[in-house]
Amino acid sequence: MCLAIPGQVVEFVDEPNRLARVDVAGVIRSVNVGLLDRDGDAARPGDWVLIHVGFALSKVDEEEAMATLKLLQGMGADYEAELEELKASVIE
Amino acid sequence: MKYVDEYRDADLGRVLAGEIVATVEPGREYKIMEVCGGHTHTIYKYGVDDLLPANVELVHGPGCPVCVIPMGRVDDGIAVAHVPGVIFTCFGDMMRVPGGAGTLLDAKAQGADVRMVYSPLDALRIARENPDREVVFFAVGFETTAPSTALTLKRAKAEGIRNFSCFSNHVTIVPPLRALLESPDLRLDGFIGPGHVSTVVGARPFEFIPADYGKPVVISGFEPLDLLQSVYMVLCQLVEGRCEVENQYARVVPADGNPAALAVLEEVFELRPHFEWRGLGFISHSGLKLSEAYRDFDTELRFEVPGVRVADPKACQCGEVLKGVIRPWECKVFGTACTPERPIGTCMVSSEGACAAYYNYGRFAREREVV
Ligand code: SF4
Repeated sequence: MCLAIPGQVVEFVDEPNRLARVDVAGVIRSVNVGLLDRDGDAARPGDWVLIHVGFALSKVDEEEAMATLKLLQGMGADYEAELEELKASVIE
Repeated sequence: MKYVDEYRDADLGRVLAGEIVATVEPGREYKIMEVCGGHTHTIYKYGVDDLLPANVELVHGPGCPVCVIPMGRVDDGIAVAHVPGVIFTCFGDMMRVPGGAGTLLDAKAQGADVRMVYSPLDALRIARENPDREVVFFAVGFETTAPSTALTLKRAKAEGIRNFSCFSNHVTIVPPLRALLESPDLRLDGFIGPGHVSTVVGARPFEFIPADYGKPVVISGFEPLDLLQSVYMVLCQLVEGRCEVENQYARVVPADGNPAALAVLEEVFELRPHFEWRGLGFISHSGLKLSEAYRDFDTELRFEVPGVRVADPKACQCGEVLKGVIRPWECKVFGTACTPERPIGTCMVSSEGACAAYYNYGRFAREREVV
């Protein structure tokens, strides 16, 4: 549960509830981006974010996102398990 | 340097390892605690400590949220899970954490409706889908995770969902660090600060460590190169006689943290007078409960929660491991009675736990060879 996985925001699905579809290593799931709603800095489609328990925790640049992804992939089973849990998640 | 080739920049890794050797004063011992379980994981996966000179020791801190949940709270959760009509939800890691009376997984085998969720928002959806059932979310985690629970509760309140409640076991990072610094059996020279927690709280909450205790803190990212660089930064401070909070992970961690997350934490939670930590005992103002405005969503007010205290099993030395007093493999049951498949203590449950990290990466075998 401690991992934060990078993903790219695709589009909003529920603006008022701050839910966006995010592409995480090819898996597209709904994620809450409300924690990024500070003045003028809200998440937009195309942004890379670090996701933790279904919430975008921070924005990162693409290079950072790629490096983090590589690090996670290197973890093997733990990362696979986290991805499986993410796949099973249905946030509405 | 067999692992350095896997680093983002292997050359920089080698240079840093060389700089560290050149920086440390021979004959002086350096004990540096990495607070976060994610860091512990990277250190053993990539053998970061193998690149350090023998007089630089990394000690694993209390920053694995699953590892610090006391047995009694697990038993309380299990008691609620057995209440007829309850759907009990928790993160996957929590399912295998032993309480005094087994795990949540055991409770599920005995017929309780225990479900693993990825996100508190999944738990809320389950509540929406099952209006005639009581859905409880077993919330764990530091400031990294607590804002997610808080936003979920805000949404539950806005939607008027009445069959959802939160069994809050959220904790905060500063009080256990202070408790560790006050602990007489511990000698630490500096800290590697947690990366994800700091994205929420920022760098400032750690300033008491240099100010009150004269020890350096470097907030670090999670790549092996980040950790190597952070160790180097702590050592530089020590050798130069400085102590301050430095931010190695500034590319992700803003000095002031995440204002939106801090605001929702403030609204939904308040500090408990004290909270028990596995192995560390009761620590003042270290746990979060729901605020007055959210009392309707508090599992502990909605259900009869036994609130029993259960002493850690005799064989378990998680407390000493969490304080860095002993190394994981020095625990008497490590790798024998206590394994990731059948954990006795929590440090063996989550992959971020120090014992599991040692166990999984063959550390045990290596250490045994050299002893
Ligand atoms: S080996 Fe098991 S009981 Fe011993 S400290 Fe580690 S987790 Fe705790």
